[in-house]
Amino acid sequence: MDNSNLPSYLEYKGKYKGIFAWIFSTDHKRIGLLYLYSIMAMFLVAALLGLLMKTELIAPGKTIMEAKAYNAVFTLHGITMIFLVVVPGIPAILGNFFLPIMIGAKDVFYPRLNLLSWWLYIIGAIVAISSQFMGTGSPDTGWTFYAPYSFKTQSNILPALIGAFILGFSSILTGLNFIVTMHRMRAPGMKWLKMPLFPWTLYGTAWIQLLATPVVGITLLMVVAEKVLNIGFFDPTLGGDPILYQHLFWIYSHPAVYIMILPAMGVISEVIPTFAKKEIFGYNAIVLSTMLIAFVGYFVWGHHMFTAGMSETSLFAFSFLTFIVAIPSAIKIFNWLATLYKGSIMLRTPMYWAVSFLFVFMIGGLTGMVLGALATNVHLHDTAFVVAHFHFIVFGGLGFAFFAGIHYWFPKIFGRMYDEAWANTGWIIFFMGFLTLYFPMFLLGIQGMPRRYYDYVPEFHSTNIISSFGAFIMIAGLIVIIINLFRSAKKGEKAPKSPWGGKTLEWTIPSPPPLENFEEIPEIK
Amino acid sequence: MYSNLSNFSEDINNSFIIIFSIISFFLIAITITIIVFVVKYREKKNPVPTPIKGSVWLEIVWTVIPLGLVIGMFYYGWMAWIPMLSDAPDDAIEVKTTARMWSWLFEYENGKKTDTLYVPEGKPVELQMTSPDVLHSLYIPAYRIKRDIVPGRTTNIWFEPRKTGEYDLFCAEYCGLQHAYMITEVKVLTQEEFDKWYIDTTAVAERAATPGAEGLQILRMNGCVACHSLDGSKLVGPSYKGIWGHEVEVETNGDKRTLIVDEEYVRNSIYKPDDDIVVGYTKGLMRSYEGELTDEEVDKIITYLKTLSDKKE
Repeated sequence: MDNSNLPSYLEYKGKYKGIFAWIFSTDHKRIGLLYLYSIMAMFLVAALLGLLMKTELIAPGKTIMEAKAYNAVFTLHGITMIFLVVVPGIPAILGNFFLPIMIGAKDVFYPRLNLLSWWLYIIGAIVAISSQFMGTGSPDTGWTFYAPYSFKTQSNILPALIGAFILGFSSILTGLNFIVTMHRMRAPGMKWLKMPLFPWTLYGTAWIQLLATPVVGITLLMVVAEKVLNIGFFDPTLGGDPILYQHLFWIYSHPAVYIMILPAMGVISEVIPTFAKKEIFGYNAIVLSTMLIAFVGYFVWGHHMFTAGMSETSLFAFSFLTFIVAIPSAIKIFNWLATLYKGSIMLRTPMYWAVSFLFVFMIGGLTGMVLGALATNVHLHDTAFVVAHFHFIVFGGLGFAFFAGIHYWFPKIFGRMYDEAWANTGWIIFFMGFLTLYFPMFLLGIQGMPRRYYDYVPEFHSTNIISSFGAFIMIAGLIVIIINLFRSAKKGEKAPKSPWGGKTLEWTIPSPPPLENFEEIPEIK
Repeated sequence: MYSNLSNFSEDINNSFIIIFSIISFFLIAITITIIVFVVKYREKKNPVPTPIKGSVWLEIVWTVIPLGLVIGMFYYGWMAWIPMLSDAPDDAIEVKTTARMWSWLFEYENGKKTDTLYVPEGKPVELQMTSPDVLHSLYIPAYRIKRDIVPGRTTNIWFEPRKTGEYDLFCAEYCGLQHAYMITEVKVLTQEEFDKWYIDTTAVAERAATPGAEGLQILRMNGCVACHSLDGSKLVGPSYKGIWGHEVEVETNGDKRTLIVDEEYVRNSIYKPDDDIVVGYTKGLMRSYEGELTDEEVDKIITYLKTLSDKKE
């Protein structure tokens, strides 16, 4: 199956030229790269906003901005990171690029729908960000848009809500596309239980995208209707119930956490076996736990509202289920660990990221236990502890897995290698910065510092200094990583077909792949 | 960690210790295993991997053991939380608590109002909490308690302070611009000191004698000073300093005009704050105090404003 004489997807000339050859391309690989560049741009902006927040918090009182600006900054940081970076994140970038190749297909089932998803992403992003520059000022509600403050505030939150609504459709269509692709386009002989684990996690994710996203879409529309038409759903002055808003919001936004983390687990399940030169330990258990997380994840949203006022029965059930959903994640950790056992471990850049993922993800997951228990939750709810916890899960989990994935597949995507010494330097700086930034926030939460605080009492000062210091280190690491990758995409050494000895189908085709991936659809024995 | 400062904190601190011990054990044990594996089975030392497909037996072990442990952690979290859920004892001191953008008001059974929560040591206190505007959350870290305050309903929380002293009281639910400044203190007094404070009305008598002092008290109790400074500094709304009797530029129905700060203007700005907005400030941030502040109270506020200005009439 040698198709190395075909032009690669990067060189291929279609009917459009220049930038149009990209933004009108229906090739899943080009769309993957469109997402890569747009999501990375959003990520860098939001990371910079995060750095501004940590700079402000380095000392009590005003440091670099007023309270109004700070509230706008944490709101935009949250909206951008959640809706524009981590929710599309791995599925849209790595999923688009590798899902069809890994199951032996030439593209996704609906290539044009796939392009539409990207366009919806761009339109949603523009609408959401326009709220910063138009009307009555930047939104200042936090990314949760909690009622009734979101009705009371004079800031311009309508575009942000409508933007999030449009982005929801981008997410739903990607999910639908992936589900159909996996049902209809697996190469002959690739039974469900022969499908690689990264596509499996995308499968679980796609179902959450398809079933949970409409709930937030409807909720956001209800807020718009309430703001524009004065229908009382959530605002008590109109006869609405603010707690109802929280329920509807978290019915989506909690499963959204699994939209973020499942594909990350998928990437790790590809990287670890490749670099341990072993088959994954307990393939069936990992598949099963993936689907369990996707399923049980629907029923734990109430743990975001333990202090909001719910019945005793609901609290019992939500707390209990929250503990149960930890089990499938624990199973995965143990299986990854067992994969390392008696392997022949190559310590290369993607593996450094994967191993550090295990560490930060465990901290994120285990601190979730402290938050899942009712008595301890009451003290820690809405404090810096929660912020630390979900940054360990979302940034530590998804972020580290994304960097593992991008360093793993980079040679395949661009056909070139990156400088490993620089990549490893970037990793260690980033890793140390990450821990210095977020670990102290656990302590701040235990001390009792509420989140979304522009200013704080003096007893929180010393811990905040360490945390802010960590932010600068982490951003320095990030700059090293990105410059190295950016440079290498153009100037790196040519990459072979399979630089790591990976076993999945993408390593059997040239780097970078030709337009239709496979000259002949492979048959799986 | 704090010592046991409230009736709930001992059980909750124990839950913290139990849960943190379990998770720390797992974190350390697994991290050490990872490091050992990575070092022991690195390519150079172990060039040939041993293929292992999986083990049903192991899968069962590492499902059942964590399952037992998480149910244990759930149980401790639940048990320590039950007492908080129970109703306050009958002899609890009831304090009506108002949380509003961005200050606290505590009203006692004898009508005494404060912006700091005074409580006696060793006696249960029940806070009946309401909000006239948005969500807030009462949080006393030292006591390990927190409860959201939802506009349109009354929520209750109770505790029994075990040690005299002063403790932070925060708003934990984001409520807008001055959220970080919606903080006050719990002052725990001995029963004797508390009784003295509770019946003490001399402060009120003294205030009645000083011109404007009552007005200032009203501004403080109603949270006005959270947004309007007394010293001329610019907060969310214009400062009270030196405005009485002076010209001010306002926007009325989209048109700019100049007027003098007089009785009519002050009264209207309290009852219909969105009518005239001082240029440079934002509409819609202040709610109307019609029905909350009486005409008499507004008069007292005006008396106070006069003391802050060079113009007296």
